[in-house]
Amino acid sequence: MPELMQFLLSGITVGAVYALVALGFTIIYNASDVVNFAQGEFVMLGGMITVFAYQAGLPLPLAALIAIAATAAAGVAFNKLAIETARGAPVVSLIIITIGASIFIQGVAQVVFDKQLHRLPAFSGDEPLHVFGATILPQSLWVMGGALIVFVGLWVFFTRTLTGRAVLATSNNRLAAQLVGINTNFVMTLSFGLSAAIGALAGVLVTPITLTSYQIGISLALKGFAAAMLGGMGNPKGALVGGIALGLLEALTAGYLSSQYKDAVAFVVILAVLFAMPQGLFGRKAMERV
Amino acid sequence: MKLSAKQASLLVLAVLIVLSPFFFPSGYYFRVGSLLFVNGLAVVGIVILTGFAGQISLGHAGFVGIGAYACALAPAYLGLHPALSAVLGAVVSGATAYLVGRPILRLKGYYLAVASLGFGILVSMVLANEARWTGGPDGIKTPDLGLRGLLADMGLELTNPQFWYALSGLALLIGAWLALNLRDSPTGRALRALHGSEVAARTVGIDVAQAKLMAFVVSAVYASASGSLLALQNRFITPDVAGYMHSIELVTMAVLGGAGSVLGAIFGAGILTLLPQALTVFQNYEQIMLGLVMMLVMVFMRQGLLPSVLGLMRGRGE
Amino acid sequence: MSLLVVEGLGIKFGGLHAVKDVGFTLKSGEIVSIIGPNGAGKTTLFNMISGIYLPLAGRVMLNGEDVTGMSPNRLAERGLSRTFQNLQIFQSMTVLENVMAGFHLQARGPVLSDMLGLPGSRRRSREAEAGARLLLERVGLERAAEREAGALSYGALKRLEIARALALRPKVLLLDEPAAGCNAVETEEIDHLIAAVAAEGVSILLVEHDMKMVMRISNHIVVLDYGEKIAEGDPATVSRDKRVIAAYLGAQATEAANADG
Repeated sequence: MPELMQFLLSGITVGAVYALVALGFTIIYNASDVVNFAQGEFVMLGGMITVFAYQAGLPLPLAALIAIAATAAAGVAFNKLAIETARGAPVVSLIIITIGASIFIQGVAQVVFDKQLHRLPAFSGDEPLHVFGATILPQSLWVMGGALIVFVGLWVFFTRTLTGRAVLATSNNRLAAQLVGINTNFVMTLSFGLSAAIGALAGVLVTPITLTSYQIGISLALKGFAAAMLGGMGNPKGALVGGIALGLLEALTAGYLSSQYKDAVAFVVILAVLFAMPQGLFGRKAMERV
Repeated sequence: MKLSAKQASLLVLAVLIVLSPFFFPSGYYFRVGSLLFVNGLAVVGIVILTGFAGQISLGHAGFVGIGAYACALAPAYLGLHPALSAVLGAVVSGATAYLVGRPILRLKGYYLAVASLGFGILVSMVLANEARWTGGPDGIKTPDLGLRGLLADMGLELTNPQFWYALSGLALLIGAWLALNLRDSPTGRALRALHGSEVAARTVGIDVAQAKLMAFVVSAVYASASGSLLALQNRFITPDVAGYMHSIELVTMAVLGGAGSVLGAIFGAGILTLLPQALTVFQNYEQIMLGLVMMLVMVFMRQGLLPSVLGLMRGRGE
Repeated sequence: MSLLVVEGLGIKFGGLHAVKDVGFTLKSGEIVSIIGPNGAGKTTLFNMISGIYLPLAGRVMLNGEDVTGMSPNRLAERGLSRTFQNLQIFQSMTVLENVMAGFHLQARGPVLSDMLGLPGSRRRSREAEAGARLLLERVGLERAAEREAGALSYGALKRLEIARALALRPKVLLLDEPAAGCNAVETEEIDHLIAAVAAEGVSILLVEHDMKMVMRISNHIVVLDYGEKIAEGDPATVSRDKRVIAAYLGAQATEAANADG
């Protein structure tokens, strides 16, 4: 059993990161119906900026804070310059825009930073903890805890604050939200900033474990997108469950079947779920109005 | 006699293919040209799927991979002639597209995107991991098609790049001709109709799920043929052709040039094939430029480059 | 004999009955209108009959066959066709192509034949085009044939939808507010068109807010309020019905009074 425990722990750690990326997809999708394939780049920026700020001599917490703020600013700029300007464009065009942004951000990162792998020191040392015969890095607890705090914080934000409710209202019906006086442009800006910040935070937390480089964004975006689809696009609860489920699937596959195919099996299971439950685990069934 | 839009498109394409070599500064450009045509062929398939039917695939490189590796594996393990292997690849691609697409295309929204994404990643992983059969990440050799030798025996001597330039150009012309025929046929109108309004398409009797599936299968065969041509002319193939980045490239080429127009999409293939060649000087800035171009065109020229530019010129002429 | 029979049709949205226990029949060549205030469930009823929504209760019989919940494309094959209140046009296709798409069931053929441009495919296209041009003439859009549909005015698009629906040579035609947004002249043209189509034996189910038009051309009227049928009968009977006056004409009378004042 310690083996299984080990796989579960590593699965939840990775899954927490996927859940944060999926959450980023969900927030932006709800506010604007855009599937933002640049979401993974926010994770990359979070890690890379922290690394370089830290190397420049800043204390780690400050470096992380700067990275999160800078990434959030990048998210807002992306929304203002590209997404808002392209309002009303067909879905294919919007997808291409976000993929273009992803490639662009990667390009900037490899010029401004470099093409090397980078690491950060773990926040609370590298001494593994023992749980039920399995070991876990303290940094994993940071990742899980960070994800938990983000999800709880967002839940409070969406249900307890006026701004959060405005965001929810916008995702339900943009026109109706505008009619009752909600500034939907502000909601979109907020959503992009928030998603970018959450992505950056994930990047900061996970870099001590997985390292980072300018090109880690794509695979994270794909996994996060898959997790969001698995949970049901547009549902934060779905993002959490989908992310953790995907992380666990990967870890168990890598442990018991084949580490080469861990990414593939995850996609196969997602396909199977989509065939059986097209709305995802928590997606709402949409009815077309004509 | 007045040319129809279809005839004009084909004529422009044919003239460009035939006349361009006279301006090539070196033989190297035949290589670039045939690469452009091979990409163009796959992109014409995307036009049918995305431009006509409005569906997005993020895994079409998977079919390129099937077509490419069919030309390496079928001759080696089944003893098939390379040309027949390409046909086999097309059949396998079409059948796979049918199996993947059938359950997915009944649904609306991003499902085809995620399903095709998963499929494409699956194919590229199998190709990279089953090294015993596929040669793994290092790639595998493909046999000689033998057609160039045959032509030489008949008295038509071509260098290898010239031969592949001609053959790929011919394949692209045929592919474009088929797609242009389709566009103005009952099936093509059904595809464009469901792109415009699925509900209305269904009320005029169009079986929307089946029509989308058909577009997906046809575009998969295009991608497969493109992969086969690529593998046979390079005499070598690696799993990269099936990768996610190549899928994205294909969609980007089509949408950039103008997914609704066959000529526009080929134009897009041209730009994205030539741009990296031109940008090698600025190698570090290639990604920045590419990403920027993608965003700018999509934000400011929603129909894609070629239709937008043509529209501007027409507006000015009148 | 009754071509279309609707029995006890009902559907809920978010726990609320949008339509409840509605039934009526439609005979060959008859014009039946569904009227009622905004939100009475008229379009929802249309969407159930035409297979876009799956009804929760009741059934729809077309030509003696139970077609409840059958997909719109299979209903089209059985001779049921419709237009939409909020226009469902193939925007980036030409006006002519829009109507040609309406000939899909007659024009469709093997995809290979269409890709190779075989004579059979070209013949099918030619026939669809000839039929489409006739229909465009019928709705007065022949001169706009080559224009992109998205560029047409609202009233013209309404007529384009009717032409497209007629391309199916339907036995039953559902028209959802065909005269909405049209001026008086256009309304009268549509009025004549509907009467002419009905005279050819096509049964027409009509949702329309223009009461004068409804009273003039309908053989039979079904009145909905809050998703339920509150009255039906010929125009004279319905216009005298107290509940109808209270629910619908009353509302309009108030509107008229407001407009006057």
